[in-house]
Amino acid sequence: MIETLPAMQTTRVRTVDFMQPLTDQPQPDAPAFGVKNLSMWYGAKEAIKNVTIDVPAKRVTAIIGPSGCGKSTFLRCLNRMHELVPRTRVEGEVLFAGQNLYSPDVDPAMIRRRIGMVFQKSNPFPTMSIAENVLVGLKLNGVRDRNLLNERLEKSLRMAALWSEVKDDLRKPGISLSGGQQQRLCIARAIAIEPEVLLMDEPASALDPIATMKIEELITELKANYTIVIVTHNMQQASRCSDFTAFFYMGALIEFANTAKIFSNPTRRQTEDYITGRFG
Amino acid sequence: MSGSANHQFRKAKSLIASLLCSVAALLVIAPLGLIFFYLLRSGLSSLNVAFFTNLPRPVGEPGGGMANAIVGSGELLALASLIGVPVGVLGGVYLAEYGTARVNALLRFVADVLNGVPSIIWGVVVYGLIVLPFKSFSAYAGSLALGFMMIPLIMRTTEEVLLLVPGGYREAALALGISRWKTIVHIVMKTASKGIVTGVLLALARIAGETAPLLFTAFGNRFWNRSLAEPIAALPLQIFTYAISPYDDWHRQAWAGALLLVAMIFLINLLVRFLTRGRAARVA
Repeated sequence: MIETLPAMQTTRVRTVDFMQPLTDQPQPDAPAFGVKNLSMWYGAKEAIKNVTIDVPAKRVTAIIGPSGCGKSTFLRCLNRMHELVPRTRVEGEVLFAGQNLYSPDVDPAMIRRRIGMVFQKSNPFPTMSIAENVLVGLKLNGVRDRNLLNERLEKSLRMAALWSEVKDDLRKPGISLSGGQQQRLCIARAIAIEPEVLLMDEPASALDPIATMKIEELITELKANYTIVIVTHNMQQASRCSDFTAFFYMGALIEFANTAKIFSNPTRRQTEDYITGRFG
Repeated sequence: MSGSANHQFRKAKSLIASLLCSVAALLVIAPLGLIFFYLLRSGLSSLNVAFFTNLPRPVGEPGGGMANAIVGSGELLALASLIGVPVGVLGGVYLAEYGTARVNALLRFVADVLNGVPSIIWGVVVYGLIVLPFKSFSAYAGSLALGFMMIPLIMRTTEEVLLLVPGGYREAALALGISRWKTIVHIVMKTASKGIVTGVLLALARIAGETAPLLFTAFGNRFWNRSLAEPIAALPLQIFTYAISPYDDWHRQAWAGALLLVAMIFLINLLVRFLTRGRAARVA
């Protein structure tokens, strides 16, 4: 399943095979995800209906739509997290780095090491300190190198714009932080294993405006290194921090375009109705 | 009936109801108080150094103790834990993390029936399984009977505390590419560790005083146990033997043994209270 290791990524990590791509690296301008005719069922209910979309690499793509339209479900189909729910079924394919995530020889754990996720409700592990929370992905995947761990700890917390606030409290419990800090801790935890993609499921919807602003600034900074897909209820948020926007309605992808175009000159009537607040 | 009389009548009913409840509550607490009172009065005087350090002595000879029974109970509980804790905890993990609804319903039903099986039945089962084939009562047989009793107890408490761990933690770990098994061990079980330990302690407290399953498995022994394949003394067994004897001397020792046993169980329960208080604080 795993092919040769690119020279750049052979650093000091002995046991970390999860940084190897499934196949060759995508071309710089190639999409991060090529979703083709993706449908997904919860039991008999079709939650995602025949969605085809190319998610651009190293850009922020926002997914908007009314509650229950399948945006979170679609996000979870991109790293196979929906499989935690029993009796789900997927048809179609999701190409990531040239390989279909749903081909039978793909291990979902390997996928998730390359496609990280941040959840709506911040969920630092309650038994772990701030440092342990950040490093848990590396440690439980077999990384023992002290220097590498320390380096990653600082780097991840800096990238998550949390380092200056917690650098003297690394041994304190992760859940002793404020809500906004906890969410940034979860982002640090997700980027510590250096994924290529960050999926964010309404990462700021439980936060106050100031904490939300920090998360949005962070998203803008992170897109230099990561492909980001963010599900949001908040259309101002989508227009502020995304490059592309996809509008979902009742499980189907209605429109996908430049964020500026979606919010100023949408092609489809349903999109316009939604963004102008006529429904949803 | 005037409104005021009606009011008086309802007040009287309320008073009677609360009185009945208070009496019932008192009746719940009273036995523990009585047990401690009687045990302290009858047993404390015999609870001396010799009781903890000496072997039982023949009737009439002073200075006998229950050292072998105290150590024997410790050995039996330790061996029983070797069987009951891993099987019970892993069974609970299966119920909470792996099993399908139908298998789980069956497993829970079986565990609940097993919890209700009279403890002497466990003794009979192990008598047939171990004692007859090996032609000897033994510490192994006694601890197997106690271990069997621990399994369903620990399984259900482990399941309950694992289900209390919010699903968000499992999701977060799996989304980091951590395998399911590592997620369960390092995230879910670690988060619920105090609850699991509490379940184990409660199971130990429950079986520490069991006599019936030991009657024809461990059997009892007046001397030190030299091999686990031989009969072994246990505190409840020794109390039983002494209590049904006709000698005042032995009766006093039985009281002392009972006091020690109840004190141990009381301490285990205090420890449980201490642990669960910590957990409640963390959740809040």
